[in-house]
This record gives sequence, structure tokens and C-alpha cells, in this order.
Amino acid sequence: MNQSLSSSRFVNIGERTNVTGSAAFKKLILGGDYAKAVDVARQQVENGAQIIDVNMDEGLLDAVEAMTIFLKLIAAEPDIARVPVMIDSSKWSVIEAGLKCVPGKPIVNSISMKEGVEPFLDQARRCMAYGAAMVVMAFDEVGQADTKARKVEICQRAYQLLTGIGFPPEDIIFDPNIFAVATGLSEHDNYAVDFIEATQEIRATCPHVHISGGLSNLSFSFRGNEVVRRAMHSIFLYHAIPAGMDMAIVNAGQLDIYDAIEPELRDACEDVILNRGVPEGCGFETATERLIALAERFRGTSPEAEKAAEEWRGWPVNRRLEHALVKGIDAHIVPDTEEARLAAIEVNQRPISVIEGPLMDGMNVVGDLFGSGKMFLPQVVKSARVMKKAVAHLIPFIEAEKEEGARAKGRIVMATVKGDVHDIGKNIVGVVLQCNGYEVIDLGVMVPWTEILKAANENDADMIGLSGLITPSLDEMVTVAEEMGRAKMTMPLLIGGATTSKVHTALRIDPAYDGPVIHVLDASRAVGVATTLVSDGGSAPFVAEVASEYAHVRAVREGKGQSVLATLDDARANGFVADMHIKPPPPEQPGIHSFDDWDLADLVDYFDWTPFFRAWELAGTYPNILDDKIVGESARGLFADAREMLDKIVNEKWLTARGVAGLWPCRRDGDDVIVHREDAEHLRLPFLRQQIKKREGRANMCLADFVDVDGDWIGGFAVGIHGAEPHLERFRADKDDYSDILLKALCDRFAEAFAERLHAHVRRILWGYAPGEQLTNEALIKEEYRGIRPAPGYPACPDHSLKPILFDMLGATERAGITLTDHFAMLPTAAVSGFYFGHPEAAYFGVARIGEEQLAEYAVRRGVDLDQARRWLRPNLD
Amino acid sequence: MSGNVSARQALLDAARQRILLTDGAWGTQIQTYGLGEADYAGDLGLSRDQKGNNDILALTKPLVVEEIARAYLDAGSDIISTNTFSSTSISQGDYGAEAIVRDLNIANAQITRRVADEFAARDGRRRFVAGAVGPTNKTLSLSPDVNDPGYREIDFDQLKAVYAQQIDALVEGGVDFILIETIFDTLNAKAGIFAVLDVAAARGIDLPIMLSMTLTDLSGRNLSGHSVEAFWYAVRHAKPLTVGLNCSFGATQLRPHVRSLSTIADCLLMVYPNAGLPNELGEYDELPAETAALVAEWAAAGQVNILGGCCGSTPAHIAAMRDAIAGCAPRLLPTLDARTRLAGLDPFVMAA
Repeated sequence: MNQSLSSSRFVNIGERTNVTGSAAFKKLILGGDYAKAVDVARQQVENGAQIIDVNMDEGLLDAVEAMTIFLKLIAAEPDIARVPVMIDSSKWSVIEAGLKCVPGKPIVNSISMKEGVEPFLDQARRCMAYGAAMVVMAFDEVGQADTKARKVEICQRAYQLLTGIGFPPEDIIFDPNIFAVATGLSEHDNYAVDFIEATQEIRATCPHVHISGGLSNLSFSFRGNEVVRRAMHSIFLYHAIPAGMDMAIVNAGQLDIYDAIEPELRDACEDVILNRGVPEGCGFETATERLIALAERFRGTSPEAEKAAEEWRGWPVNRRLEHALVKGIDAHIVPDTEEARLAAIEVNQRPISVIEGPLMDGMNVVGDLFGSGKMFLPQVVKSARVMKKAVAHLIPFIEAEKEEGARAKGRIVMATVKGDVHDIGKNIVGVVLQCNGYEVIDLGVMVPWTEILKAANENDADMIGLSGLITPSLDEMVTVAEEMGRAKMTMPLLIGGATTSKVHTALRIDPAYDGPVIHVLDASRAVGVATTLVSDGGSAPFVAEVASEYAHVRAVREGKGQSVLATLDDARANGFVADMHIKPPPPEQPGIHSFDDWDLADLVDYFDWTPFFRAWELAGTYPNILDDKIVGESARGLFADAREMLDKIVNEKWLTARGVAGLWPCRRDGDDVIVHREDAEHLRLPFLRQQIKKREGRANMCLADFVDVDGDWIGGFAVGIHGAEPHLERFRADKDDYSDILLKALCDRFAEAFAERLHAHVRRILWGYAPGEQLTNEALIKEEYRGIRPAPGYPACPDHSLKPILFDMLGATERAGITLTDHFAMLPTAAVSGFYFGHPEAAYFGVARIGEEQLAEYAVRRGVDLDQARRWLRPNLD
Repeated sequence: MSGNVSARQALLDAARQRILLTDGAWGTQIQTYGLGEADYAGDLGLSRDQKGNNDILALTKPLVVEEIARAYLDAGSDIISTNTFSSTSISQGDYGAEAIVRDLNIANAQITRRVADEFAARDGRRRFVAGAVGPTNKTLSLSPDVNDPGYREIDFDQLKAVYAQQIDALVEGGVDFILIETIFDTLNAKAGIFAVLDVAAARGIDLPIMLSMTLTDLSGRNLSGHSVEAFWYAVRHAKPLTVGLNCSFGATQLRPHVRSLSTIADCLLMVYPNAGLPNELGEYDELPAETAALVAEWAAAGQVNILGGCCGSTPAHIAAMRDAIAGCAPRLLPTLDARTRLAGLDPFVMAA
């Protein structure tokens, strides 16, 4: 929970530059000590506040003057001014004074309809003229909203009024009022539930708005009992964030990780917050009584920990370190590392010797086992987690001595390119390289080329590694290569990721850059490639060999190697003729259906485990892989860890599966499908047709072939798995790459399972053309059902840019919380979307290469210019 | 010359067809006339020296203003900016000429309007007049006193009033758009935007805004410290007709910033860089063909809608650009999804 507060999904707003919230800050401002007050702001930003709240509402202060002085002072501090400001006051005059001092785009906190509609709209208009987002309190002429119904009603009304004057909906942040619970008054018991439910309703009915709230009110009854207050705040957010709360003014350091809260306290708080009854026979009448009684026990307590000693714990320290590394056990690594450090000092050695000695020895064992195929990626990643923790412990000592850092074999800057958010593969490669003594500078995801080049130059990197999963990333990689060329760089560029290929690298990336460009097939090759590149003698021959290989690929491609294309007319004439007598009937339940929280346990039954093992580079089909002679042991260990995490995910409800499915009447028009929507214009979905010349009897397929010219139905869906971020943040903070990658891989499985499950629900119930369908999970995985669900960006429908259209048809962002990046990647990353075709003869196929003629025609049908279409479809072009 | 279609719509329509051209430098063009104090001062009877007060030439040497406008239109400019970069009471205060601020703006706007309409009447192609509003030499975001970082020489309401005076006079003189240019302080620009909104509301007209930021360091920030992206989010509420970059360094240094702005600006993008960097004598050496080749790269990459020049550029530079971009398709406007886009010195985009 703690870590989630700095994620992009949830915005935490620093609350220490607030005279109503911080006694220390108030004292500084009242005393006129603005220099120290500015330091408070700086610390907040350093500690990760993404926005800082400034509030000067204090009876003894001239708030207009104090706001003006303070905002001008922090504007002069680049360390502080880099983040946006929240101008917080209950007085409009103070807010407006603040707006006149802020050069960026701030948030105003807050305005409301308390004084009536006219002043409210007047203030909103002024916020628009100054350029500010704003918090709107659920407050009207009657008073502050307390019930769910009032909260929702006021916010909806404000939304209508504001959008009516042209206020951008995305700049509205509603504060539906968090009130104190467990006050002893039964009418207060449902306040938290009211907030959470209202949040959900407001997010669903007011597109693009955000929800914020002040947490401290909630636990007002437990003033002075920090343990209970923190637990209550953490548990409240645990439930409010999935409901759609995405902002809070809170001290991030004063929240607990949900899992780390003492279970009894957690249950008691949860009962109070969710207004549930108490368990039979617990001795209390109400949840409040129980929590009050329990609270006494937590005054001033702290969590305790104890561990049982095991046999290997008796071994000498160096052997223990090796054992911990090889087995991936991190429970004792910090004390053991410390023991090794002290032992080193005894014999006049420096802390760095612990890394160079026992730790590297241990990692060399790991490297040898991995290299000889006796250890597999999941274990290597676990080992790396242990290594990272040990090194993290030693670094302060090493730096204190100002020694030369351990000499890395080489330094590599890695990034997932701009527009793409997928990083499982990149993280695995990073870990493997680090295990092998490379220094990895990981720039994260969505990294623009400017930053990649800058980091490479500033860090004097030996090479750059680029990763990406979605096809638009391929283009971005070309851009990076071009810019490296333009910057006259010479360092090697490594290319990896699921959609990358030797062919693409040879054809598009290699020609764009004069330095070495090398496609790295998988993580296990990365070390070999990197080592060769940094070696004195091996680099040049290797680079030359790869270059000539790529030149050969290009030559083959240019020459005969290409398959022959039919003309578009011929391809159409050879289209697939579906028997429209057997097309599915109209749906039982047409229209759009949202699913806010699909049961996770239900989805687990639909898991397809084989791709999960593939993500870890373990080859084989589930369940046989568990008994495989070579990788079986590794697969079993990984599977056990996955099941264990899966239990936690389900039982502790880490994730929320949100989805939406829609069914619309439509008709075919050439290679397009025209979708008829009730309350919107008809929509044209253009599809591509296979153009490669086919043998006799094989059709040139196009998805439109499965739709009837005389009227038919088409569906669409989007599913996303939300809520992983707090846990991922926690793992990362804990330097636990293994759990990080494991959870991401499981989220992907959940998303795929949800797509499978929802498709079954559509076939059996919503569309209902297969009401009696009974298929085992194996049969589902083998797609032994009627109908298909091709996704934009995949072979049958390779244009990623259909995704925004699909999302718009579904309202996928509002209904399932899934957004798209500029390059059409979905967020959260564990998400699946696609179209439903119900015709019994519908089948998957790959469009593959198409001709200029079809490209030009497609651009017209799609309503974009030729260059745009060419960019989107580049993988399908020559 | 206005026709039935609004200037806003006419510019948008033209920009869909091709990449448009604005004009080049005024200051460096005026220098070539080698005017003396008497030329500048005329018979206005102002108490201080006027040499260097370029904007005053509309009253004292109107033919100079007219000739320069004509030369840019001859070279192919679709948009001509008014010679009013310093026509605010703040900047004119340096010449003791505050009293004639309104006259300067009206006179400059009228000359430019007349010449622009004359060209349009000749060939039927509409020419646009952009009322140029400079940044002044005061800054709302920074203290001129290093020992007192909270001090400001001017406040928001004062600057807004100063701008409103100039903008109202420019509208009176017949401009189509207000071009807030060479923005080194983002808060100054926000005061300017507010002033435009006030003038438009008072007159009951649609007054399209053009915004142009200038970078003061190679990392891509202006003097108030805003990155290009943060600047855009801080001023996007103006719903400007164009946004872009001018002055700064030459085109070479602007390249990455044009590229990044191009992907996030959901309005027309206008860029008019200096003709390279000045040499040690303060002269600009970059030849027309050189500047044109650099800006043509953006045109070819579909990253711009309007090009032109700033300091050191001449009508020959504009003509070279016209030839270099002939046939290039204009940039398509991206659509931004509905996300909360905030800004400190850096951008902050919330998840949807």
C-alpha cells in the first residue's frame, strides 16, 4: 500500500506544506521563517510527493499574503517547482491570489456549489482562464453530502454544469467527502461505504473525472493511536482505490502495507470500514465496539519477527552466502552479508571484497549452472534478488570509503521504447546481465529516444539495449537507431522483445545506424552477446559476422525470396465465401455489458499455463512440462511459487478484473464492416485482406468475409487486470525482481483467462448462439468453440489503430478502466481487447504482406493519409 | 479583406492544404536601413532619444514598415506579424513613449493590414495579420534581486492590464490573431492569454491566440524553467490556434523539441527559428538555403504546419523555405485522449 502511493495510477499529494495539517509548518509560517518553510516543501518533493498541497488557511494569518509569498518563493526553487502545485483554501480570494503566482498548471482545491450555482460557475470560468484543474467538493446549497445518493447526485449535477460551460471533464476532481466512522453513532457507520460506492458510481457516470479525498477524517475517533489510524487509512485506500479513488492528500510514509497489518486488527478495521457485522461469538455487538476494544492493545506496539534456524545456518559465512545465492533464499542475506563484511575488516580487507569474493563466487556458480542448463531463469532471477539485497547492504559502506566501485564488465543502458509499457522481458535480461557482472542502467518503460541517448552518453555506456512488445515499438526502435546515427554514436545497439525479429532488425534497424546492431533472441543469449561485444579481440569479427548475416537477409528479401502478391481485385475474387444460412441468430442481450469485478477464483480455472512457462523461457506444454526430464524441476518450483502467489491474489483480493463486452448490429460493405450504433453515427471498421497468391482451393481471407452483407451482428470486448501496481512497487522496493516478474506474468494470465471466460459468457448467454456449450479448459485453449475474437494488432487484424475505435465503441476506458498510450499499448499492461465474430466458419488467419494498392485504399477507408497508414501497417509492407 | 469565413477558419482550411509560411525577422531587417535618430524621432516631440525604438517607425517612417511587410509577402508569407514586439507601456517606457502605445499598435496594425489585403486582392489568396505581443523585459516568475527570491518587479494583474491595452489597440488596427511570442516566462504568457480573453469578451469577438515559446538553454527549457511539454500543458487552456517555438537557437538545436511538441500539440504548430546562432560580431551568417534545408526536414517529417524565421532571417530566407517545402504534406493534428495534464517545470500526466 505504501508504495502504491507513488504509482501513476494513484497520485499522492504532499500534505506537509499545509498549516491546517502540519503544526510544524504552521509554526514556521506564523514565525515568518519562510526559508525553513521552503525546505519543508523541498523534502516533500524529495520524498516522492507528485504534487504539493499549499494551504495557508489560519485565522492568525493574512492568507492571501502568505500564499503569494510562499508560492513565489517555491517558484524560484527548481527542485520544488518541477512538480505541480495544489492551491488549497476554502476562500476564493486566496485561491485566486495563488493562481496569479503559479507559472505551470496547478490544481485548485476546492470550489463547490455551497454558495449556489452562479458563484460556482463563475469560479470555474476563472479557473479555465488561468488554466487550472480543480477539486470540486460534494457540497451544495443544502449542505455537505453524506449519503451515497447525495454525493452522487451533487457530483453529477456539478459535472453537467461544468461540462455545460466547456470545462474539460478531465480537469475535474471530485471530493465526495470522507467522514469519520466508528464514532459510536450508528448513522455514521456507513460513511466509508457511502464514499466508496459513490466513488464507483461517479467514475462510471461522469467520464474522465478523478476522485480525491482527505483521509485523516476517517479515523478521527482514534486520535492518538497511530497504529490503528494508519491501519484504517491503508485499508480504506485498499478498497477505495479499486473503486476509482485516484488521488489523496496524505503522508505516504504513514501508511502500511495491507499484508503487513496484523490480521486481527486488519479484520476489525475492515469490518468497521465496510460496515459489516461481527463474527458470531466474538463477544461484541458491533464492529465499532470490537475495534475500540482491540485498539487498546495496539497503543505503541510494533510488529515482531522471529525465524527458526535451519541446518545450513550452521555453516561458515561464505558457504552460507553461496548457498543463499544458489538457492535464492533471501531471509538471512543481510545479516550474513554484514557478518562477511565484519570478517573482511578483521583481515584488513575492504567491504568491496565481499562482493568480489564470496558474492561473485556464488554468482559464478549460478552462472555456470545456468550456462550448463542446470538452472533456469526463474531460479536465476531469485538468485539475483538475493544478490541485489546483499549489494544494497554493502553500498553505503563502499561509498563511505570512497573506493573505486567494483569494476563492472560493461555498462549497458536499457529501456522499453516510447509508447510501450511492457517490461517483463527487459527486466529478465537486466537481471541476467547483472548476475553476470554487468552494470545495467535501466531507464524503465515509455522512454523517449532523447533520454536513451542522453543516458548512454552521460554514463559512457558500452551499449544500448532496446525492448518492446507491441508492433509500433518496432518503428520507435528505428527512430532511436536513426537518432543514434545522427548523433554520430558508435556503440552497439541490442534489440530484443517479443515482436522483434532478426528479419526486422536486418531490414529496418540495421540500415538506420552505422554502429553494430544486434538482435538478441532471448535472455540466455544476452550475456554471450554482451561479453563478446566488450571483449578486446572478439568484438570486431562478431560484429562483422552479424552485419554480413543481416546484409544477406536484406539481399534475399530484395530478390526472389518474396512471395508473389495477387492484385487486390484477384484477392477479393478469391475471398472466403461463408455460408450465411448458418450465421448466428441476433444476440439475446445486445448492447454493452460491464463487469466491474469478475471473480478471480473463477478466472483461475481458465488459465492457460503454457505461455506462462514460455514467459520464463521454459519450453514445453503444461502440464507435461512439470514432468519434463530437463526443465521439470525448475518448472515445478516456479509453478509452486505461482500457485502460492495466486492463492494470495485471490484470497486477499490483490487484483480487480474489469471488463466490458458489446454486441452491435452491423453489415458487411466490401472489406469493411459497418457497425450500427443506437445513439451514435454508424461506424466503419476497415479490415485487411490476405494478398499473397494462394494455392487452388485456399481463400484470400478477410475478417469481413465472416459478416453478412444483408445484416448481421458483431461484438467487441476489452478486459483489464487492475491493482497490481501497489504490489509491484512493494516488490521493487524490496529488490524482489522474482516476485515482480512473477506477478506481472500472472496478471497476463488473468487477462487472457478473463478474455477466454468472457468469450464463453458471450457465446452462452449474451449473444447466446451456443447456449449448451460444454467445453473443458483444454478444449477452450484449443479453441474448439464457434466464433473468434481477433485483436487489433494481431495477425488477422494487424492495424493497432483500430483499438481506439474499439475502445470508443465500448467505452472501455470508462467501463473497464483501460487506457491507450499514443502508440496504442493498453494500460494496465495486463489487458486484452478484440472483436467477436460469431460465424461458425470464422477462423483465425494472418494477413501477412499486402500491396501498395491495398494500402492506399485502406488509408482512404480508414480516413487517414497514406503516410499515417504506412506507419501503422509497416510490418505488413515490403 | 475578410470575406465570409472567419480568419480562424480560413487559416485552418489553408493549413489543411499545405504548409504555410509566416514572415521573418523585423528587427534585423530594419537595421539594414541604417536609420538615424532623426528618422526614428520624426516630429513627435518625445523628450528622449528614439533610435532603436523600431515600433515607432509606423508613425515616423511608415514606408519602412510597409516595405518590409511587402518584401515578406513577395517572398510568399501567408501570415505577416505586426511591428509591435515592444509596443507595450512597459517597453515603451524605456523611450519615454508610454503615451503613444495605443497609436503605435493601431498604426502598425493598419499598415500591415492594408498591405496584406492588397496582396490578397491581387491573387485571391488570403493573407493573415498577426498582432505581435512581446514578452516585455519584466518577468512574473523570477526575482531580479538574487538576495530576495520572493520579490517581483511586477504582478500578474499589472502585466495583464499592460497586455490588454496593447491587444485592444491591435484589434482596433485590424489584426486577425494575437501572437504572444518569444515567451521566456510562462506566467507572463498566462497573463497575456488572460488579457486576450478579457479583450475578446469585452468586444464580443472571437480572437484567436497564437503562442510561441523561446528556449533559453539547450536542455529545452525557457527562462522560467519550463520544458516544452510542461509549457504546453500550462497554456493549453488558451485553446490556441497555433503553438510553437521561435527565436532560441537555430533550427538545428530546436529539432528534438519540435519533434516532441509535434506529437502532443492538438493545434497547428508554427516554428520560426533564428537564422542560426550569431557570430562573434552579433551577425547571422546562415544562408537562406541552409535555414531552408533545416526547416524542410520538419516539413518532410510532417511535424509542422507553419514555418518562418526569426532573428537574422530575411525575405530571401522565406523565399528559400517556400521552395524547399513545396509539395510537402502538412502535419496532421494529433488527438489527445482526455487525461489530466498538469505542469510544474516538468509535465505531469495523470492516468485516465
